[in-house]
Amino acid sequence: MFSFFVRRLLLIIPTVFFALSFLFALFFVLPGDPATLIAGGADRVPDPGVVERVNERYGLNDPILEQFANYWKRTLQWDLGESFQNRRSVNEILGEKAVNSLRLGIWAILIEIVVGISIGVLSAIRRYSIADKLTTIVTAVASAVPVFVLGFILQYAFAVYPNKHDWPEWMHLRTQGMGPDTWAFFFIPTGETWRHLVLPAVALASVSTALATRMTRGSMLEVLRADFMRTARAKGLNERQVIVGHGLRNAMLPVITLIGVDFGTVIGAAVLTETTFSWPGLGSEIASSVISRDLPVTLGLTLVVVLAYTVINLLVDLSYGWFDPRIRFSKGGKQ
Amino acid sequence: MTALDVVAADAGPASAAPARSLRGEAWRRFRRNRMAMVGLGFLVLLVLAAIFAPLITKYSPIERDNSAFRAPPSGEHWFGTDRVGRDMFSRIIYGARVSLRIGAVSTSVAIVIGVLLGSLAGYFGGIIDVIVMRLTDVFLAIPYIVLAVAIASVAGRSENSVILVLGLTLWMGLTRIVRASFLSLKQLEYVEAAHALGYSRRRIMFRHILPNALQPVIVYGTVLVGGAILSEAALSFLAVGPQDPTPAWGLMVSQGKGDLANSSHLLFFPGGAICLTVLALVLVGDGLRDALDPKLS
Repeated sequence: MFSFFVRRLLLIIPTVFFALSFLFALFFVLPGDPATLIAGGADRVPDPGVVERVNERYGLNDPILEQFANYWKRTLQWDLGESFQNRRSVNEILGEKAVNSLRLGIWAILIEIVVGISIGVLSAIRRYSIADKLTTIVTAVASAVPVFVLGFILQYAFAVYPNKHDWPEWMHLRTQGMGPDTWAFFFIPTGETWRHLVLPAVALASVSTALATRMTRGSMLEVLRADFMRTARAKGLNERQVIVGHGLRNAMLPVITLIGVDFGTVIGAAVLTETTFSWPGLGSEIASSVISRDLPVTLGLTLVVVLAYTVINLLVDLSYGWFDPRIRFSKGGKQ
Repeated sequence: MTALDVVAADAGPASAAPARSLRGEAWRRFRRNRMAMVGLGFLVLLVLAAIFAPLITKYSPIERDNSAFRAPPSGEHWFGTDRVGRDMFSRIIYGARVSLRIGAVSTSVAIVIGVLLGSLAGYFGGIIDVIVMRLTDVFLAIPYIVLAVAIASVAGRSENSVILVLGLTLWMGLTRIVRASFLSLKQLEYVEAAHALGYSRRRIMFRHILPNALQPVIVYGTVLVGGAILSEAALSFLAVGPQDPTPAWGLMVSQGKGDLANSSHLLFFPGGAICLTVLALVLVGDGLRDALDPKLS
């Protein structure tokens, strides 16, 4: 187990290195030149003196390999540079946006866990019932709806429509930004903030909840047929203990993987949801920095996202042992 | 397991229904799946509509009618008109051409890359396998949408660059699938026999092993076309996809986002077109999976 952990940990280093280097290289073949961007934007002809000073300041005149080496030297000291656009430090932007993404991500994952697993289990226990058939259809539809289309449907149903028809004020939800941005215990919204949180959290959770439901259902159906379930019933456990204690625990393995991977994704890659709802998180910041070619911001935030994503995947792999002792005790069984 | 089935069925007399071909048997199972048939029916209609678009609608997708901006759906303009007076119905129908072309071609690019890398890694193993697998890890370490947006911002916004971007970002899953099939197939006796007969390695890889490794590729590829259409819509939405006046569905949703309150038809028709098409592809993919591998259901 320990050597497996170390090997996986060591594999992260080259993976992250090459992923970031790939993005670095990608932006060097860009037609737009960063100095022009800083000195006034793509559509203006900047003063050559300004361009020169900018190139000097960011070392953009150095040979690419030297810039590349300098980039990694700085990154290893956790100095992520400063934004080309407004000269804010990337570390500062990161601190601000990561918190917002984490809050939204936590809620999306909570929805996924609670709704996905419970509906999946119920649907498996009552196989072929109308509720089960409905679940199958709804989850198939949900996985085909692009997040931003769902976002607009939610905005229409819970903000535009109530506004048009003068619903009472307490029923209105907000669709843009974070509102007063007040939180208790880090992630519990207080005051009016919840009105801003509900819709993006639901939109962000939709596809992954649909997948988690399908996976829980499939995995549960398989477990329900297993011999140990019959044994559990035969020794007189009540149905609840059989389903939750024996069935669910064994059916959880693939679902845990999915939820873990989703957690990595919702933190950094909620690009579409955050853009649709103007939620000021990592995803929307990465997207806008890519489009405005603000290289330090893109690379800095992506580094954090890639690290978080990889570490979470590693933790998910390790959690297998906790859920399934057979993996913990077999040597080299799990790669 | 599927490989064994194929080998067993090829043996002929041993299988239960020698009169039916393997493919005919799969088609029979597919036809019984009502949802999959509905999906297939929708896709056939969509392809026909895309091909015969000029016969279905009398409007051009890019011509502007200066007397009707943001007109609501009516008998004249079935889906209304957009903010510059273009007929939405005709844009949706012509948009099917764009979406289907992008979906199909980019998936083909991804399949070519995935099959090539996957078969090399699975067949040769060793250092080639290590390199290919690490390469997939690197591409999978960057969250998909970030990767796609980054490459798209470099590649430019023409339809061909979008196809290239999607092809370059969707091959990883296919590579893993093909590699896994090759790993199990290359140990079977018929491959050994082919070696003994002195066939070249290329012939064994592509003529003997690959055809038996294609089943999961077909299933995954079908769903991937839907994934590519979704990704194209996402790229358009983030302003790194196809450009105006191309009638791309994602771009139309993106252009309509300011009109949610007053002209919501500008969002819901293209949004609905994306959803229905992707849903149809998912249903057909599910149906194919069950039909090709009856043991799974």
